[in-house]
Amino acid sequence: MMTPDSEAALAEAVAGAKGPLRIQGGGTRPIGQAEGEVLSTAGLSGIELYEPGALTLVVRAGTPVAVIEAALAKENQRLPFDPMDHRALLGTKGEPTIGGVVATNASGPRRIQAGACRDSLIGVRYVDGQGAVIKNGGRVMKNVTGYDLVKLLAGSYGTLGVLTEVGFKVLPGIEATATLVLNGLDVTRAVDAMSKALGSPFEISAAAHFPETGQTTLRLEGFEASVTYRMAQLRALLDGFGDMEELHGDASRDLWTATRDVTHFAGAQGDLWRISVKPSDAPDVVKHLPDGARLSLDWGGGMIWVVAPKGADIRAALGGIAGHATCLRGSAPTFHPEPAPVAAISRGLREKFDPRGILNTGLMG
Amino acid sequence: MEMPAPDVKIMAKKAKLVERLQSVLPLDAVIHDEFETRAYECDALTAYKCPPLCAVLPSSTQEVSAVLKICHEEGVPVVPRGSGTSLAGGALPTADSVILGVAKLNDVIETSYEDRYIKVQTGRTNLSVTGAVEENDFFYAPDPSSQLACAIAGNIAMNSGGAHCLKYGVTTNNLLGVTMVQMDGTVVEIGGAHLDSGGYDLLGLICGSEGQMGVVTEATLRILRKPEGARPVLMGFDDNEVAGACVADIIKAGVLPVAIEFMDRPVIRATEAFAGAGYPDCEALLIVEVEGSPGEIDEQLSKILEIARRHNPVELRESTSAEESAKIWLGRKSAFGAMGQINDYMCLDGTIPVSELPYVLKRIGELSKQYGLDVGNVFHAGDGNMHPLILFDANKEGDLELCEAMGADILRLCVEVGGCLTGEHGVGIEKRDLMFDQFKPEDMEAQMKVKDVFDPKWLLNPAKVFPLSVTETRRAG
Repeated sequence: MMTPDSEAALAEAVAGAKGPLRIQGGGTRPIGQAEGEVLSTAGLSGIELYEPGALTLVVRAGTPVAVIEAALAKENQRLPFDPMDHRALLGTKGEPTIGGVVATNASGPRRIQAGACRDSLIGVRYVDGQGAVIKNGGRVMKNVTGYDLVKLLAGSYGTLGVLTEVGFKVLPGIEATATLVLNGLDVTRAVDAMSKALGSPFEISAAAHFPETGQTTLRLEGFEASVTYRMAQLRALLDGFGDMEELHGDASRDLWTATRDVTHFAGAQGDLWRISVKPSDAPDVVKHLPDGARLSLDWGGGMIWVVAPKGADIRAALGGIAGHATCLRGSAPTFHPEPAPVAAISRGLREKFDPRGILNTGLMG
Repeated sequence: MEMPAPDVKIMAKKAKLVERLQSVLPLDAVIHDEFETRAYECDALTAYKCPPLCAVLPSSTQEVSAVLKICHEEGVPVVPRGSGTSLAGGALPTADSVILGVAKLNDVIETSYEDRYIKVQTGRTNLSVTGAVEENDFFYAPDPSSQLACAIAGNIAMNSGGAHCLKYGVTTNNLLGVTMVQMDGTVVEIGGAHLDSGGYDLLGLICGSEGQMGVVTEATLRILRKPEGARPVLMGFDDNEVAGACVADIIKAGVLPVAIEFMDRPVIRATEAFAGAGYPDCEALLIVEVEGSPGEIDEQLSKILEIARRHNPVELRESTSAEESAKIWLGRKSAFGAMGQINDYMCLDGTIPVSELPYVLKRIGELSKQYGLDVGNVFHAGDGNMHPLILFDANKEGDLELCEAMGADILRLCVEVGGCLTGEHGVGIEKRDLMFDQFKPEDMEAQMKVKDVFDPKWLLNPAKVFPLSVTETRRAG
């Protein structure tokens, strides 16, 4: 394992590599089968720049997420996109790094309101497959100068370059949080309720559904008085969707941390899948899941977590529905196959960024 | 601004090319008469003009594909055009190029309030997207100043922003999927109505690529429910630095306004003379707008006003009615028109870290004296996206060149303090040669490799974004 302690040393390690490299941050998200010698970014740690008044943060890629969250909390700020911590779900140990968050575009329940990791990411530095250090984007939140390689690198699983530095737009902290829980809805009714709430002006920041407990959860955040007001409005709007209860403060926060990290499927036996579709297609997808599959819905129904019997072909459940399914654990290919013309573009990009084909060989496509 | 010399071999086969294009399009969709092609000689950067070889106006993705296939086979450059409102020369043709206009592609294909998206053809104007959903109280968030005229195709090409992106983001944050035709005619579908990509984020790559990767014919856009209400407050300060500190304090306090607009004294005076919005005569003026229910607006505004008072404002005006709100916005919305009354102007678009605001304004003032050209500043203060307006006289020999030189100095200043050349207008031809100031050669090379993948022959809008000297061998290939 190589753990370079500077960007220059990392670039040298890539340039001098004789075979495939497996890029690792904290090693807490072992998604897919990468081969080769481990190249760790853990040696590149620390905050480069943090300007609370400008809502911007630039950090080295190996910085632990916990360090970043603590620094932001001190100024009553936060990352906008609720990065998921995969440790409970995947049964891994170690310290999640911000580079790993960006490489997997890890985004939590707030995705529906504040966007994904890629939407808050404003700059990257990375080392390409030949060892060149490349910069794209920067430290300002509005920037259309040249192509947006920032977004391309987000969610590219280390296959196009090794991230060394990442910059974010951050947001003010949240004064109050509350959750409206609807009990006893089936998937179809739950998606209806979530769509109705998300189509309201009451700024729902998360919407999930858990068939195993029959709970549908809707989160409100903001200033105390505003949350109280919107809770009353939301209850009135969803009158008729069954029995309601409310969670406030820590009870609400804990629920959404657990939802973000999918802890309800921690230790579950079987293959693990994540499906992305438009919310109104969720009931149809669920109907076609194999017997014995367990599931939960996030993003208002747009993201479905599934624990399925070993070897079940979950992509078949999608039928002709637009979207994709990632197999986080199981024998199926990890990443969803792309249509031929899109796959040709992806392959072309990879060949340009990593002509020797050494970065995380085996991941993506 | 230099453009590549037209290829005489291409010019010589105009008749054959027009004939081939007419074989796949209705006759009136191929514009080749020398008088008529002049309608496409420039966009909103009117200082530069050149009629194209011809212009085509296809009505479907299939027609776009057929046109591109022909141009690809003939080796003819293609310049995609939305509504031609680019301030950066993004749609400026060369004499050997075909303008591909998407103006006839303006249908709404599908709307879903349940899943909160609208799918449109990309010739549709920005404002008419909101127009298609507002009877159900929804809207499309990105709102560039040109939203009445600009097309979604151009918004995607330039990753357009607007006054409200502090809260809602820019085009790339509101784009869910596209149908795009590549230069060889291949049609690709990227993204859809779902929220994330299963593979590489090609959508994020295409958005903001200035029409160099493909022609986007259809787009799936996120729509949002309108807030219950919105209300602005106006604040005047006798010091730019204090106004800048006030912006930072508002942001730090945990209030996230939907817009924070900044105007300096030259712009305040010009708009007063032009629109009479009743602005105070002061050094710096802020318009801060918040959204929500009446109670939520009151709460946010009271926090904002309390912060503003700590900075000794010379004026604080809270709107109490729709008319007062309109009056507060009146001056800001007529700022460009007001400056245009005084003289010709060039509008810059650099972004800076907001902490550098006082220094940058001071330096711009010094440059103004040095060059002898007046400058007004009006911009989105929350995100640091500046819009310095340099006044010049287009009829005066050498004034345009002087203005461009001063503009380049201001943009270099933006880069020097940690910002960038363009926040929402795009590079086009206008900032092409300044790319050296922001990027190292290898940074540009990494970007150009992406174009190599999408358009190996470099036929799509080839003379834009990158300095001509670094693209020369690629364009020749």
